[in-house]
Amino acid sequence: MKISIKDVEYVALLSRLELTEAEKVEQLRELNKILDSMEVLNKVDTSGVEPLAHVLPIYNVLREDELRATLPKEKVLQNAPEEDEGMFKVPKIV
Amino acid sequence: MGQYEAVIGLEVHVELKTKTKIFCGCPTEFGGEPNTHVCPICLGLPGVLPVLNKKVLEYAIKAGLAINCSIAEFSKFDRKNYFYPDLTKAFQTSQYDLPIAEHGHLDINVNGEIKRIGITRLHMEEDAGKLVHQGDTISSSFSSLADYNRAGVPLVEIVSEPDLRSAEEAKAYLEMLKAIIEYIDVSDVKMEQGSLRCDANISIRPVGSKELGTRTEVKNLNSFRSVQRAIEYEIQRQIDQVEEGERIIQETRTWDENKGVTLSLRSKEEAHDYRYFPEPDLTPLVISRDWVAELKNGLPELPEAKKARLIAEHGLPEYDAGVITSSRALAEFYDKTVCIHPDYKGVSNWIMVELLKLLNAENMEISEAKISPEGLAKMLTMIEKNIISGKIAKQVFEEMFNTGKDPEAIVKEKGLVQISDEGQINSIVEQVIANNPKSVEDFKAGKEKSIGFLVGQIMKETKGQANPGVVNKLLKDKLNEL
Repeated sequence: MKISIKDVEYVALLSRLELTEAEKVEQLRELNKILDSMEVLNKVDTSGVEPLAHVLPIYNVLREDELRATLPKEKVLQNAPEEDEGMFKVPKIV
Repeated sequence: MGQYEAVIGLEVHVELKTKTKIFCGCPTEFGGEPNTHVCPICLGLPGVLPVLNKKVLEYAIKAGLAINCSIAEFSKFDRKNYFYPDLTKAFQTSQYDLPIAEHGHLDINVNGEIKRIGITRLHMEEDAGKLVHQGDTISSSFSSLADYNRAGVPLVEIVSEPDLRSAEEAKAYLEMLKAIIEYIDVSDVKMEQGSLRCDANISIRPVGSKELGTRTEVKNLNSFRSVQRAIEYEIQRQIDQVEEGERIIQETRTWDENKGVTLSLRSKEEAHDYRYFPEPDLTPLVISRDWVAELKNGLPELPEAKKARLIAEHGLPEYDAGVITSSRALAEFYDKTVCIHPDYKGVSNWIMVELLKLLNAENMEISEAKISPEGLAKMLTMIEKNIISGKIAKQVFEEMFNTGKDPEAIVKEKGLVQISDEGQINSIVEQVIANNPKSVEDFKAGKEKSIGFLVGQIMKETKGQANPGVVNKLLKDKLNEL
């Protein structure tokens, strides 16, 4: 067991997920399985190996500072659960 | 505050003035109807691929160099994960362990003492959107509206070491930082418009202690004045708290400008766990030393160097040189004027006295004033050639300031040309002498001072246009003849 139910609850809180007790147990099992796989990787001797910043050996993909078309407003708000005055309406924050 | 000292570090966010956003081609322009400067990338829609704006990288390197940082050879972006509705993606693309610039410093001058303030790092990140809360305050509001025009506008965050010891030092640091950024022309750095934002980390400790006390982070500092006031307030609040035997709680506080207090922003849900990880959608950066050298060579003269030069080479007093170089626009105005009319002290005086007086009275920036360096230079030449007196010049200056008209045209239009013609002045001298027998008698009786009154009368008669040198000479000659 890598992590406990407490850790699952903490991660769920950070992710704004509400889990039932059964779901927590299920998540605990799955997360621990992932961590077990990580354990295999942890056994590899990586001393002298630079941490990887990106999976592909590519660098400096940049664009020029040039304007491109913006999205029409109807499309922007198309997926908004609620809108008001052309803005996304969200519930009380704090 | 006696046995306590304050330990302050500032986190400053600077909006870069690129045409487009950091990872997409949307305009960065301020204002605009809500949600019209957005695209699938800055909205964080699934499947999009952000690409770094080259100009952002260039500006960040320039800013890093200007504050004496070393520029990373290898740098990358990371995701900072947190939920807040001003973020479209539930994470902010920022930089964590490999920022573009680190280990800098800048020197501030407080009460004549130079102090070096360390700069921990400068990193690139994207700005968040803007929330409008429906209700009086965020906590009493029932809902909020999100406008994502600002989401993705490029920022650099500059983090200082906790080297500042007072509100005054914090203000001096911020002013110096603003001036430097303004000189290198990578941002508008306007606090009022939000292109320069500042958060302060504040703690106190007994004088002599090496340990750091528990700190609070104060946000919502929207002007230089509020930075100073909020820090002063927060230091005192912490001292009072400790004196009463209470602990300082590590928390985020907001500055209430109207009430002049800092208020706790604590909430139960607040969990500061950003779970940073490398941004897989952006490639790492390998910064060539040639490019860094090229950008370094291209940096303009910075405020401190310029100030030193104005003192050493132009003979300006330290205070004047400091004021003139505190803003790039003012320094440029000075430079351009002395380039045409190299009377350093004269130009500096007109800027320090008349120009700043008018700018302050109108609450204006020099860029908004109509007066030009060419105009001021021409006016100074006119004083030198005795075409106008220094007194009249003040009127001309004000007119130039308001209308931008040519000084010669103003003088002609208003009939302000200095009267130097001896015949013309002589007749006025005679008239004033005849009208003021008492003062003449006083003068004859040895009261040298009464001559001042007579000169004043002559200047009044000529609406200040008589050449004071000629007036003095002719008046004395006439009085001695009597």
